[in-house]
Amino acid sequence: MDKSDLFKFCLRLGDSCLIMAHRQSEMCSNGPFLEEDIAQTNLGLDLLGQAEALLIYAAKLEGKGRTSDDLVYKRPERDFYNFMLTEQPNTDFAFAVVRQYIMALYLDKVYETLSNVDDETLSGIALKALKEISYHKSHLGMWVTRLGDGTEESHERVQTAFNELWMFVGELYEEDELDLKMQHAGFAVSGDEMKSHLFSEISSCLTKATLSIPESVYMTTGSKKGIHTEYLGYLLTEMQYLQRAYPDANW
Amino acid sequence: MEEIQDTQGALWEVFIQSKKGLPFKHVGSVHAFDKEMAVQNARDLYTRRGEGKGMWVVPASSIVAVDPSDDQSFFEPADDKVYRHPTFYELPDGIKNM
Repeated sequence: MDKSDLFKFCLRLGDSCLIMAHRQSEMCSNGPFLEEDIAQTNLGLDLLGQAEALLIYAAKLEGKGRTSDDLVYKRPERDFYNFMLTEQPNTDFAFAVVRQYIMALYLDKVYETLSNVDDETLSGIALKALKEISYHKSHLGMWVTRLGDGTEESHERVQTAFNELWMFVGELYEEDELDLKMQHAGFAVSGDEMKSHLFSEISSCLTKATLSIPESVYMTTGSKKGIHTEYLGYLLTEMQYLQRAYPDANW
Repeated sequence: MEEIQDTQGALWEVFIQSKKGLPFKHVGSVHAFDKEMAVQNARDLYTRRGEGKGMWVVPASSIVAVDPSDDQSFFEPADDKVYRHPTFYELPDGIKNM
């Protein structure tokens, strides 16, 4: 396995976890009630832990003296490779739930695959993360069902969230040259396998939730080349503010 | 009179077992709308720091409590009967959790 390929692979996954963690941190104090507020923030903390582990490993693989903090705070938007889905804003509670639910299904498959690879660091990270993500899946799946099968308003809001976010799902199973290399090495499943995993999980959850699978739409693409929706820029502006204003500020 | 609707769901009491074989101890309460949510909320509030290996969640309304005005008849007769405690025995070595 080429070190620079593995670096890029860890960076992509780490970036997605990081940006989701930030979005979840924004849920802090904005949950629908106290217990769920804490639950949402906890999901963010799990993801931040996964992001940190992956980015520390990425920095080490890169071998250019950058730390994980450098990767987080000193890269501009075009050098981030998180999925566009992960940067979508917390428009309402349903959007946050749907975004995280789809990503939990994705990460579950990713970590399951990585837990068996011949790379102790990655398999270690994956085994630990798998337990966390399996809870994310059940907690968020519960909310999709609850909102879908709840009141008229909650049903409509969660259906809207699925419809609006659907165009970002295509990226999760799209393949570029690096993906094919990682698949060849056994570090990732094929795009087809990921797609059928996501669609079968989502469709059984949506049926239970009395929701409909969104109609097929144009699937957007670009994050693997550092192209993003407008929301990432605002997110980074806030996340990186302190290091930009006071470079190398320390505790 | 119309009952005031609590929008956070019912109250549930949470009990955690720190190790297999030990008694479950009351640790606090959570709000939730049903069993599934109660267990998940309790997990998020009370078991993220390695507190336990087992957990019970019980609807607070199912707990029967002694009326504080019954304190005298329920508890005070035991106050002057220390001999009811088995404190006059020597514990053999090897007994744990006592």
